[in-house]
Amino acid sequence: MKRREFIIQGVSAGLVAGAAGGIGNLVDFASASPVPEIWDLVAVRDGEPGIMFDRAIASLGGMSKYVKKGQKVVVKPNIGWDVPPERAGNTNPGLVARIIRHCLDAGASDVYVFDNTCDEWNLCYKNSGIEKAVKDAGGKIVPGNTEGYYQTVKIPRGRKLKEAKVHELILTSDVFINVPVLKHHSSASLSLAMKNLMGVVWDRGYWHRNDLHQCIADFVSWRKPTLNVIDGYRVMMRNGPRGVSTADVVTMKQMIVSADIVAADTAATKIFGSNPEDIRHIMIAGEMKLGITALDKLKINRIKI
Amino acid sequence: MHKFSWLRLIRIGISVIILILTGMLFIVPANSMPSGFINTITWLQFAPSLLKFFIAAGLASAGFLLVIILTFLSGRIYCAGICPLGTIQDIFTWIHRRFFRAKPLKYAGATNYLRYTLLAFVLLSFFAGTTLLISLLDPYSNFGRIMSNLIRPLTFAGNNAISDILENFDLYLLAKSDYKGFFIMPFALSAAFLFVLGWLSWHRGRLFCNSVCPVGTVLGIISKVSYFRITLDRESCNSCGHCSSVCKAQCIDVKNREVDLSRCVACFNCLDVCPADGVSFKPVVLSKKIKPEAGSEGNAHRRKILKAVLLFSAFITSRALATRVTGGEKPTTIADTKKLVPSPPGSVSQDDFNRLCTSCHLCVSVCPTQVLQPSFLQYGLHGLMQPFMDNHSGFCNFECSLCGQVCPTGAIRPLSPERKKITQIGIARFIKENCVVYTDNTDCGACSEHCPTKAVNMILYKGKLTIPEIDDKICIGCGACEYACPTKPYRAIYVEGNEIHLIAEKPVEKELKPIETNQDFPF
Repeated sequence: MKRREFIIQGVSAGLVAGAAGGIGNLVDFASASPVPEIWDLVAVRDGEPGIMFDRAIASLGGMSKYVKKGQKVVVKPNIGWDVPPERAGNTNPGLVARIIRHCLDAGASDVYVFDNTCDEWNLCYKNSGIEKAVKDAGGKIVPGNTEGYYQTVKIPRGRKLKEAKVHELILTSDVFINVPVLKHHSSASLSLAMKNLMGVVWDRGYWHRNDLHQCIADFVSWRKPTLNVIDGYRVMMRNGPRGVSTADVVTMKQMIVSADIVAADTAATKIFGSNPEDIRHIMIAGEMKLGITALDKLKINRIKI
Repeated sequence: MHKFSWLRLIRIGISVIILILTGMLFIVPANSMPSGFINTITWLQFAPSLLKFFIAAGLASAGFLLVIILTFLSGRIYCAGICPLGTIQDIFTWIHRRFFRAKPLKYAGATNYLRYTLLAFVLLSFFAGTTLLISLLDPYSNFGRIMSNLIRPLTFAGNNAISDILENFDLYLLAKSDYKGFFIMPFALSAAFLFVLGWLSWHRGRLFCNSVCPVGTVLGIISKVSYFRITLDRESCNSCGHCSSVCKAQCIDVKNREVDLSRCVACFNCLDVCPADGVSFKPVVLSKKIKPEAGSEGNAHRRKILKAVLLFSAFITSRALATRVTGGEKPTTIADTKKLVPSPPGSVSQDDFNRLCTSCHLCVSVCPTQVLQPSFLQYGLHGLMQPFMDNHSGFCNFECSLCGQVCPTGAIRPLSPERKKITQIGIARFIKENCVVYTDNTDCGACSEHCPTKAVNMILYKGKLTIPEIDDKICIGCGACEYACPTKPYRAIYVEGNEIHLIAEKPVEKELKPIETNQDFPF
């Protein structure tokens, strides 16, 4: 174990274990104390979703590095399917709740959560457990079920995707936190952070008809999320993105956090056991210089809990 | 204040409550109402309950029996306050009278030929295997269609307008919803019916109930022998006609001081207006006077006719009138034309469904994905306006079986969640030549993404490209693939309906290969 890693882990673990181990304190501490290193990417494993995120965000300097007082935040998990959390079709509700609390502790005025779901939207919101988690955490759950919520934007750098209808919250929020769940995907090989952005647009059919992988990469050229948190706690290994039963799911207890969406996807692909070179949209995004695929060029904080 | 005024007030109260509750079922999102609540409200609706009794006799389908008992007891209470379509007509009549100074109604003779012939046709056609006439004439079903096809779109619009206003203040309390799959013919037919009904009730009160409505005719026959009945007191009545002028059913013959009980809809308006207190609602006096009056011979005659009708219908095969207008033809191009549209899960087979559904569109109204849409001729003429699975509007949610839980006629039977997930209402068909993977050589897989059983699976095609393959055995025909398929105008994958619903196999759950438990990071 590297020395600085040891120090960070020791400090964070001590705080978590401590009597005053509330998140608020953790955030205060993390933002007040000097951060020994600016990490490009944090990989965490072997903890519960909330704890893993606490550790990851602390090592990145706390949520206040990303969320300033009074800012409006939108959190975009995957809520695509009418399946319960153990099916791993949607982002872990506990993780979503923890992210919201960090945002509110950092002084966010509002934290909104939505997805343009595939299954019937209010069943997805309800049965994923995310609606309740969001409300309990103090966030606001917002529908994304009709075209009326979406506005057309131009994508000048897009090769195939020249414009898209984007949910108004993405346009009006100061901070955009992308929280996909890592899973197998029948169309895109894997569902990762870039793929998760298909849930902020209205006409996904266009993407499917016009070179899906290119469109996924093109959209990233329009706007990158402030932060990407890839939930690899429960991972659907096959039959994705919806899954057929819990037999498709493995509990991996992993998490990737990075502001670089391409790097995050590359790392998550490796965790899944696939080769990033086989995931075409990652390769295209790397080539379009939307992020870094060469993980050895990044400063990666590896945390085991 | 007359002795019996309270009866009229109670009738008005009950009818308004039932109208509002029943109307609500069709416009309030179903998720907010437990299905038990919905079933309770529709329980007393005569035609659906009777149909349900045929396939599942029990307390849940015994509502019509209570209506019959009520009718024996005190006349057409159903028509007075339980039938929502009756109340709508009363509203038209009331508006005409209250705001447009309608001329008082006068006694009119019964349209016996019309009403008994229609009833005979309804019975005949039902036993011949089609609910078309019941569907067209049943008051509850007509009410349902008016709510579902005319009022529901308006509530969507209203909801979205309010939602838009709130959104400007960053409030997302009210979700917008799109009204999907607007079909012109069911809309037009409902509108036409409402127009005719409105016109009739505007000018002639309850003429529809007394000359067209089969439920009214049946209950009219029973109410002739009801225990409590409207009676004109022969001594105090001076034939002034006050009662007759407020009678919506035009059934009080003041000249002869008689009430046509078969047409009296028990509205009790007449009880309230008699200056001599000569109209009363009281138990029949079983004396010589009433018993052997004219008409008993006619009754016997009518009974004979009814018997003949029933016997005749037994000779008609179930499909005699069931001609499928759209059935049979094979698609010759790569159009995604269906030979058979899928009927909702729980409807057992197309024939069962066609034979029991009265097109009240309650399922259409409660369906959370709006995959259920009113048909026009998709099932053929005999299934006019019966709901079908329209996979261009939505797809059947894997976990949902709401339609079967709310169906008042039993045309869609309730399915347990486990049963629903293996009920095969149709099978997906793939048209490779329409598929993006084939035409563009790019990844798509939208169909497979949405498939809840992975009956639509992506298999290697060219290099790393994958293309859909369908496993008929585990496909349940939910239509998620068809809905998601992005090709236009014809989809590359569509669901062909099963004539008889089948049980699909459950997807095989293979063990996952154990994941390498490497305690380190792969980077």
